[in-house]
Amino acid sequence: MTFKYNNVYIENTSTVAGPYEAKGPLKKYFDKTFDDLYNKEKSWELAEAKSLEDAIATLLKKSKLNKKDIDCIISGDLLNQITSSCYSSQKYDFPFLGIYSACATSCEGIILASTMIDSKKVKKVIAATSSHNMSSEKQFRNPTEYGAPKPKTATFTATGGATILLSDTKSDIKVESSTIGRIIDLGQTDPLHMGSVMAPAAADTINRHLTDLKRTPDYYDLILTGDLGTYGKEILIDYMKTEFGTDISANYNDCGVMLYDLDKQKEVLAGGSGPVCSALVNYSIIYEKMKKKEIRRVLLVTTGALFSPTMVYQHENILSIAHAVSLEVVS
Amino acid sequence: MIMEKKQYKKIVDKHKPTETRAQNAFIAFVTGGIVGVIGQLMTEFYASFFEISTKDASTFMLVTLIFIASLLTALGFFDKWVTFCKCGLIIPITGFAHSMTSAGIEYKKEGPIYGLGSNIFKLAGSVILYGVVSAWFFGLLRLIIMGG
Repeated sequence: MTFKYNNVYIENTSTVAGPYEAKGPLKKYFDKTFDDLYNKEKSWELAEAKSLEDAIATLLKKSKLNKKDIDCIISGDLLNQITSSCYSSQKYDFPFLGIYSACATSCEGIILASTMIDSKKVKKVIAATSSHNMSSEKQFRNPTEYGAPKPKTATFTATGGATILLSDTKSDIKVESSTIGRIIDLGQTDPLHMGSVMAPAAADTINRHLTDLKRTPDYYDLILTGDLGTYGKEILIDYMKTEFGTDISANYNDCGVMLYDLDKQKEVLAGGSGPVCSALVNYSIIYEKMKKKEIRRVLLVTTGALFSPTMVYQHENILSIAHAVSLEVVS
Repeated sequence: MIMEKKQYKKIVDKHKPTETRAQNAFIAFVTGGIVGVIGQLMTEFYASFFEISTKDASTFMLVTLIFIASLLTALGFFDKWVTFCKCGLIIPITGFAHSMTSAGIEYKKEGPIYGLGSNIFKLAGSVILYGVVSAWFFGLLRLIIMGG
């Protein structure tokens, strides 16, 4: 399912990043960072909601907009009942749509927002997402103070909130097209190797996007997956070659690998993950580079493991999904 | 247009990093051994200082190790030690204490009943249940074979 859009533009973005991300190579590109994982709140969940609330506030300030100018917000995160999205958006009285695609949430938001704007029913829509290392560890794994040892293939949930404002007002960058992902199951069961779970979903979506639009990978200056990490990235390149005979390695990178300095920040293991991981990279350095016209065509492919601890304990496979959005500098 | 699961498994295995198992086992062996030595020294100390039996002294030692592990967890750096030492700190009684304290800290915000009370045994619960069941089972075997 691939759509093309005629009148959808990126008006602005905002990023609020946590302490580990601030120690990484993208620090100068973030709008705001915080040093304490609690973010001056009482719990991990509230800390996550606060980071998204700050990101929305920053977006409105940067765009010089009032909250009444926004038609709708589409937001999702990893927590049960998408808690941080609800508790942060509630402060602004926006009409609210909650979504879930695990770490593929940011592109799902952009696809929905773009389709709404393209249909001319709305003018300005915010797509938002957040995640928090500690709130995710608490919900999906062990208590945060436990520090259970993990294998090298494990990824590290990024902390922060990020938003993108899409609008029908012309700007330098447009949302050109998008592809909705399918749910993929290739028999993976290891929650500490999410790269292997998500790589086939990314491959499927990239392949369908390229086939639907009759394009080759070199059409894009950059193809970016969400959070496959070091090993998932290798798997995807190999998968694309073996299954589709397509070589993407020339202009391909992964946000999970870009968000941290993998040589210095050993605690992140195979790289970043979480819905905000890809959003923090795409809405900061990628957006800036596109604004400066250093890169003109980018394919964002956010990847999500639809991971349920309950189903894993019941010995079911982990499902995955990937959504793609193509961004282009308007010439 | 989706690859066979078997074929995909081959690709995944090809890109799997090798874990440093020997190094991990060595670190766990040394650090676990150090915990054991500390425990033994503590037992000897209690037995001679308080003039009590070795059995009583080892109970004192266990309580002390549990206290130290819980305190270090609460102070916030025991998790980093566990990540480094791995089973060297998880298998001894320090790991048991740490699993309860870390769960206790994590769920304190949800209140004393629904938070702390229901979740403190989140990790340790299985150890207690199967510990009690196997103790009963081996006690029965001992009774049958050795007569008590």
